[in-house]
Amino acid sequence: MFDYLQYVRQENFPHIWCSGCGDGIVLKALIRSMDKLGLSQDETVMVSGIGCSSRTPGYVDINTLHTTHGRALAFATGVKIANPDLNVIVVTGDGDATAIGGNHFIHAARRNIDLTVLLYNNYIYGMTGGQCSPTTPRGAYASTAQHGNLEPPFNISGLAIAAGASFVARGDVYNVKKLETLIGKALQKKGFSLVEVVSPCPTAFGRRNRMARPVKMMEQLRDTVVSVEKWEKMTDEERKGKFRTGILKDIEKPEFTAEYAKLIEKMRPEE
Amino acid sequence: MKKVIMGNHAVSYGVRASEVKVISAYPITPQTHVVELLSEMCANGEIDAKFIKVESEHSAMAACVGASAAGSRAFTATSAQGLLLMHEMLHWAVGARLPIVLANINRAVGPPWSIWTDQNDSLSQRDVGWLQIYCESNQETQDTVPQAFKIAEELQMPVMLVMDAFFLSHTYEIVDMIEKEQVREFLPPYKPDIKIDTADQHSFGNLAGPDHYMELRYMIQKAMDRGLDVIKRVDSEFEEMFGRGYGLIEPYRCDDAETILVTSGTVASTTRVVIDELRDEGVRVGSLKIRVFRPFPIEDVFEVLSKAKKVAVIDRNISFGAHGIFYQEIKSALYGRTDIPIIGYIAGLGGRDITPKVIREIADKAIGDEQPERYINWIGVKI
Ligand SMILES: Cc1ncc(C[n+]2csc(CCOP(=O)(O)OP(=O)(O)O)c2C)c(N)n1
Ligand code: SF4
Ligand SMILES: [Mg+2]
Repeated sequence: MFDYLQYVRQENFPHIWCSGCGDGIVLKALIRSMDKLGLSQDETVMVSGIGCSSRTPGYVDINTLHTTHGRALAFATGVKIANPDLNVIVVTGDGDATAIGGNHFIHAARRNIDLTVLLYNNYIYGMTGGQCSPTTPRGAYASTAQHGNLEPPFNISGLAIAAGASFVARGDVYNVKKLETLIGKALQKKGFSLVEVVSPCPTAFGRRNRMARPVKMMEQLRDTVVSVEKWEKMTDEERKGKFRTGILKDIEKPEFTAEYAKLIEKMRPEE
Repeated sequence: MKKVIMGNHAVSYGVRASEVKVISAYPITPQTHVVELLSEMCANGEIDAKFIKVESEHSAMAACVGASAAGSRAFTATSAQGLLLMHEMLHWAVGARLPIVLANINRAVGPPWSIWTDQNDSLSQRDVGWLQIYCESNQETQDTVPQAFKIAEELQMPVMLVMDAFFLSHTYEIVDMIEKEQVREFLPPYKPDIKIDTADQHSFGNLAGPDHYMELRYMIQKAMDRGLDVIKRVDSEFEEMFGRGYGLIEPYRCDDAETILVTSGTVASTTRVVIDELRDEGVRVGSLKIRVFRPFPIEDVFEVLSKAKKVAVIDRNISFGAHGIFYQEIKSALYGRTDIPIIGYIAGLGGRDITPKVIREIADKAIGDEQPERYINWIGVKI
C-alpha cells in the first residue's frame, strides 16, 4: 500500500473535513501524483485561499501558505516570480477562485504564469455552511436560494480556457485514477494549468439537494461523468445532464516567468 | 411578543422591522445567520426586500451604495476580513452621504486565522466616517437597527452597528420583538431629497477640486457633531414608543465611585456583575459602558468620569505602537480638564474570555496600585 505518511503533517490530523467529503480524495490523489513525479517536498510550495478546500495545505508536509479568501493566486504569483524554480501549487474552491477571487483567476490564466491550480468545485460555499456560489447550478437549493438558484453558473474550465490558460482539465473524485493522471499532467506543464476537480459536499450542498448521503453524490458522479473522447461522439440530447472530464485544452504558449527572464537577459548591458 | 433568539437573528429581525428594501451580502463566519435568515425572509415574503448574493464584501457595500443612491433603504452585514475588504467602499458611503446600515460582528483579524471576537476590525475603520454603535445584548441589538436607520437618514450618514462574535452573535436571549407596523411610526419610509431619478436628474460622485473638497469634509464633521443630539433624541423617541432606551453611554453605580471601569460590548454586562460583588465588599467602584463610539460622546463621558479618582479602561483591541483604542479616546476626552489617572488594560484578544475573574483582576490592580503603569497593561499574556 502507498505510504502517505511522509507527505502529511500527522500532528494536524484528524482533518476538519466531514465524512463523505470529496476533499480528502483530492489530497490523496495529489500526494500520489507528486510522489510519482518525484517532486521535491522542499522545492514545492502550496498556496491556498479560504474554504474547506483551502484547508488542504494544512495537511501536506511541504512549504505552505494559507492566505486570505480569494487571493491565493495573487500570493502564488508573488512566490513564483520571486523564485521561478519552485513548483507552485494553488489549492482553491469555486467560491475562493471564481467569486471573491474571480479577478485574480482570469488574470493569472491570461498571464499564463506557471502555476498548477487545483480548484475543488463543490458548487457551494462549503465552509460557511452552504450559500450559493458562482457555480451553483440554476434551480439548485442553497441557504441563500430557498426557491432554487436564479443565476446562471460559471463553467470554470471554460472560463480558464477563454482567459488564456495553457492547460485545462476537469476531473472528479469518483474516477480517481484518472484524476491522479490529470493532476500529474498539470504538474508537469509549464504555464498556467488548471485541474477543476468536481468534489462532492454532502453537508452543505447534498443535504439541500436530495443527496444527503455521500454515496448518493458519488453515484451521481458515476452516472453523469463522460470522458471527453466519448463526449465528442454524443448528440446534444445525450449530453443533457452530463459533464465531461479529461483534458480540455493543452497548448504551448509563452510562460510569464520564462518570458520575464528572457527580457532581463535581453536588457542586460553588454560587458 | 417575546421570543428566545440568537444575537445574529436579533439583527435580522431588526432589519425586518425596519422595512429595508435592498440587502446585499457575502457570507462570513460569524455573520452568516444574519443574512441567511434575511434571505429566507425575502424568499417567503416576510419582508418586501431584494436580496443580492454578491461575490465579495467589496461588492456588497458597492451594491448598498448603488441601492441607497437610488433611494432605497439598504443593509449589509459582515465581519473581520469582510469589513476590511469593504474599506474603500466604506469611505465611499460616507463621502456620498448615504444612510446605509451595516452590522459588523466583531471578529479578530488574521493572520493567524481566528474566528473569535475582538474589536480590531471595526476600530480599524474608526476614521472612515461611519457612526459606530456597540451593542451589549440581543434586545439592544434588535432595537438599535431601526434606531440606526433613523439616525442615518436624518444625518445622511452611514451607521455601523457592532456586536461581539459568539459571546453575543451566537448567544440566545429573550427579546421583546418589534414589528414593522409599530416601527413604521417611529421610522417612516425613506424619502431622500435627492436620488438617482430619471425624472429629476443629478450626477453623483463627481470630481471636486481643491475649491470644494474641504467644504464637503467640513459638512461630514458637522453631521457627526450633530449626531450626538440626534442619537439621543432618536433613542428617547424609541423609548417613548417601546419602553427601552440605551443612551450614548451607560454609567453603572458611578455616582460615588472612586474607581470607574470603562467597557464596551458584552464585557459591560460581565463588568456589572463584578461591580456588584465589589460594592457588596464595600469598595466604591462603578462602570461606564461606551455605546456610541463615533461620534465620540466627549461631554457625557467627561461628566461621569471626572467625578472619579481613577479610571481603568478595558480594551479588547490594540492600536499597535500606541495603546488600547478606547483608552486613547477616553484620554483625549479628559485631556486638560482633569488629572485623574487613566489606566489602560488590554484583554480578551482573539476571543479569549473576559470572565468576572479577569475583570476582578483588573479592578484589583487599578484600585490597589498606587503608581500604576498608565498606558498599557496586558492581562493574562502567557509569555
Ligand atoms: C473576505 C472574506 N469574506 C468571507 C469569508 C468567509 N468565507 C470563508 S470560506 C468561504 C467560502 C468558501 O467557498 P469555496 O471557495 O467554494 O470553498 P469550499 O468551502 O466550498 O471548499 C467564505 C465566504 C472570508 N474568510 N473572507
Ligand atoms: S462542508 Fe462540505 S466541503 Fe466542507 S468539509 Fe463538509 S462536506 Fe467537505
Ligand atoms: Mg465550494
